[in-house]
Amino acid sequence: MSLHPILVALRKHKAGVVLIALQIALTLAIVCNAVFIIYSRIEKVNRPTGINETNLLLVEQQWVSASNGDSAAGIQQFDSLLRNDLDTLTRLPDVESVAPINSIPLLNSSWTGGIALKPGPGLSDKNNVHTAYYFGDEHMVDTLGVHIVAGRNFTSAEINNKGMRDQSEPNLVIVTQDLAKKLFPKDSAVGKVVYLDGSNTPSTIIGIVERMQIPAVGWGDNFTWYSTLVPTRVNAIFSRYIVRTRPGRLDSVRRSIVPALYNANPMRVLDDDDAVRSFTDIRENAYRADVGMAVLMGVVCLILLAVTAAGIVGLTSFWVGQRHRQIGVRRALGARKIDILHYFQLENLMIAGGGAVIGIGLALGLNRWLMSSFEMQRMPLYYVLAGLVVVMVLGQLAVFVPARRASNVPPVVATRSV
Amino acid sequence: MFGYYIDIAVRSLRRNKVLTALMILTLAMGIGASITTLTVLKLLSGDPIPQKSARLFYPQIDPNTLDGYVADKTKPDTIMTYTDAMSLLHAHRAKRQAVMALTQAKIVPQHANDHPYFTDGVMTTADFFGMFDVPFQYGGSWTADDDESRAPLVVIADFLNEKMFGGGNSVGKIIRINDHDFRIVGVLKHWAPQPRFYTQGLAGRDYGDGDAVFMPLQTARSMDMGPQDTECFASVTDVQHLETAPCEWVGLWVELDDSAAVAQYKSFLDGYVRQQINLGRFKRSDTALLDVMGWLSDQQVVPDDAKLQVYLAFGFLLICVVNTVGLLLAKCLRRSREIGVRRALGATRGAIFTQFMVEAGIVGLTGGLLGLVLAELGLLGVRHEPAEYASLAYLDIEMFLLTFVVALVASLIAGLLPAWRACVMAPAPQLKAA
Repeated sequence: MSLHPILVALRKHKAGVVLIALQIALTLAIVCNAVFIIYSRIEKVNRPTGINETNLLLVEQQWVSASNGDSAAGIQQFDSLLRNDLDTLTRLPDVESVAPINSIPLLNSSWTGGIALKPGPGLSDKNNVHTAYYFGDEHMVDTLGVHIVAGRNFTSAEINNKGMRDQSEPNLVIVTQDLAKKLFPKDSAVGKVVYLDGSNTPSTIIGIVERMQIPAVGWGDNFTWYSTLVPTRVNAIFSRYIVRTRPGRLDSVRRSIVPALYNANPMRVLDDDDAVRSFTDIRENAYRADVGMAVLMGVVCLILLAVTAAGIVGLTSFWVGQRHRQIGVRRALGARKIDILHYFQLENLMIAGGGAVIGIGLALGLNRWLMSSFEMQRMPLYYVLAGLVVVMVLGQLAVFVPARRASNVPPVVATRSV
Repeated sequence: MFGYYIDIAVRSLRRNKVLTALMILTLAMGIGASITTLTVLKLLSGDPIPQKSARLFYPQIDPNTLDGYVADKTKPDTIMTYTDAMSLLHAHRAKRQAVMALTQAKIVPQHANDHPYFTDGVMTTADFFGMFDVPFQYGGSWTADDDESRAPLVVIADFLNEKMFGGGNSVGKIIRINDHDFRIVGVLKHWAPQPRFYTQGLAGRDYGDGDAVFMPLQTARSMDMGPQDTECFASVTDVQHLETAPCEWVGLWVELDDSAAVAQYKSFLDGYVRQQINLGRFKRSDTALLDVMGWLSDQQVVPDDAKLQVYLAFGFLLICVVNTVGLLLAKCLRRSREIGVRRALGATRGAIFTQFMVEAGIVGLTGGLLGLVLAELGLLGVRHEPAEYASLAYLDIEMFLLTFVVALVASLIAGLLPAWRACVMAPAPQLKAA
C-alpha cells in the first residue's frame, strides 16, 4: 500500500496527529522510567541478605536498672543478665540455637566503622573500607545461618564482652567474602591482619562468610555487603538476641519467649508488639516503602496506558466518522474491507511511530534528569525499546475497533446524496 | 448570556455521554493524583514553626581531624561536643539558646502491675520552651539555675499527662523516669512540629508525634541517661564521661532577632573556632549558621520518593490534559455544522470561543469535583501506610481550593486549541456541506 494518500490525509488533521503523537511520546517517556524504577525496587527488595531467613526470630528488650553500663561493675552485671537470658532462651522447646547480637540485616540499626590495612588514625575513605559490625558469640554464625567459605568460626574461648561505649577493638574478626576481596584482592584474607576504626590494635581475620548484608536500609549502598563479625558480647542496658527455631515451630516459640523472659527476670521492658519479631516481618517492614512505591508506579502506568488508548480510540473514531463518505467511495472503487482496515492501522502505526521517536528522546532525557536529581541508575536501552514496542502495540489495539467500524462502511455510502 | 452558554454546553456534553465521561474521568484521575501527592509533599516540606523559623538558627562547627578534609568542600558536623555546646550556651551571645539531645526515657507506671515502658525524651536546657514557643497547659519551664543545680524537674507532654494522671493539673506530682524521681513543673499543650526540626541530626524521627518528657540536660546526664546518637572523632578511653570525651552528641539552637544579630553571632562563632584552633583543640575552621528551613533542606528531610511521586503525578496530569485536548477537539470538529449555523445567524467569533471555553470549564470543574473525591480516597490510602507522617495526611482548605484552580486551569488550557479552531472556522463551507 502506498503511504502517499495517508500522508496527504494526515496533513489535513495536523492538530489531531500532533496530539496523539505527543500523548504517545509522553506516555512512552513516563512508562519507561516508571517501569525502570519498579524493576530497580523489585531487584532491591528481592535480593537475599545472605542469612537463612526462615525460622529466625529477633528478641529486643531492656532491663530496669539504675546503671547505664558505663562502669566496670555495671558492665559485668549486664553481662550476667545477658547470659541468663541466653540460657533461658536456649532451654525453650523447639529452639535450635540462640546468640546475642547488636543488629541484624535490614533492621536499620547500624554500628558502622572503617577497616584498614594500616594502624593508627586516618579515617578517610581512601585508607578505609566502610563496614558494619555484628557483635555476637560463637553461636552467631550458626544462628544467622551464614556459610563460612574459608577459615573457621569463633570458639567459645575467644568470646569476650565489653560495654557499649567501650571503643577497644577485637583481636579476631570474620568478614564477608566481598569485604575480603576488597581488602585483599589478590590472595586469601584468612590469617591477615586489619585495623578497625583507626586503632592500633591488630585484628586477625580468621574466617570468611559467603555473604551477609549490613543492617542499613535506604542508605549505605556503597558498602551493602561489607559486614564484619566480632566475637564480643556488647553489654548495655538493652540487649538483642537471635533465635533459630526448628522448622515450622516459629510461631509457638515466638509466643513462649516473652513469658519465659518475664518469668526468669521481671525487671525488664519488653515492647508489646515489637519485642519478638520474625525475620520475615523485619524484611517486610524494611522494604514496605519500596514495595508501596513500586505498586503505585505500576498502577499509574496501567492507568496511563488506558488513558492513552482511550484517547486514540476517541480521535480515530472521529476521523472514521468524518471520512465516512471517502471510505464509501474507496470501497465502491474496489478497495476491499481489509484495505480500509490496513489503511487505518498503517496510519496509526505512522503516528505512533513518530510519537515514539520523540518519546525515546524524552524517556532518555527524563532518565538523565532523574539521575541528576535523585539516586537513580542509568536506564538500559532495552527498557526504551520494550516501551516502544508496548506503545506501538497499544496503538494498534486501540485503533482496531474504530478501524473495524471503518472497514464495515458499505460501498453504497458513496452513492448517497451529498 | 453566560447562562445560555452553560445551557448549550450541558446539552452538547450530554449528547455524547461516553466521550464526556471519558474526559471527566481522565481529568479527575490526573487531578486526584496531583492533589494527593502535593498534599503529602506540602505536609513533608512544611514550615514547622512559621512564626519564628527565620529567627531560629542552628550553629555548626567541626572538631574533626584534618584527615579527609578538603578546604571549603567539607561541611561542618551536624552535632556538637558537649564542651563546645555548653561554652557557646554560656556565652549568651544570642537572645535565647538551648542545647539538646534525645534519649529513651523509661517510665515506670504508678500501678505496680503495669510493666514499665519507653517513650521519647528530650534532654535540654531552660530556654528550649521559650525559644520554640512551646505552649504550656499547666505550669511552665524550669530555670537556667535549675539547669546548673541539676534539679530533678521535668516537663511532660499532654498525652503522657493523660495516660499517667488522667489529664488534670499534675504540676508538683512525681514521675519516675529511668529509675529516678522527677518533679513535674509543666504540662504542655499538644506540641508536635512537622517536620521535627529540633531532632534533626540527633537521631530522632523526622515526623510524627511529639516527645513525651523534657528534662534538664545536666540533671538527666547526672542520672546516666545516654543520648540517642554519639559520634566520636578520636579513640575514646573514658566512656563514663561523655561530657569530656571527644564525641559529638548534642545540638545547639539559638534565637537571633535580625540580620545584624545573625552576622554578629556568625562572627562570634568564627571567633570561637579560631580560638579553639589556637588552643590546638580544633583543626578545621568551617562554621555554619542555618535557619530552620535552611537546616531542614540541608538535612534533606523530605524523602525523595515523595518528590518523585509529585513529578509522576504531574506527568500523569499532563498526559490527561493532552488527552482532553484531543477529545475536546474531536467533539468540536464534529460540531462544525452547528458552529457554521450559529455563525451564519450572527454569533461572533468571541461568542463561539467563549462557548467552547465554557464547555471546557464545565468539564474541568466536574473533573475537579471528582478529582477531589479521588484525592480524598488517595489520602485515605496514604493514612493507612506505615510512614511516620501517614496520620497527618489530610486535605486542608488551601489544597481544597487548589484542586479547583488546577482543574479549571488544566481544562481551560485543554479547551484553548479546540475553541480557537472552532471560532476561526469559516461558516460557509460548513453550511454548504450540510
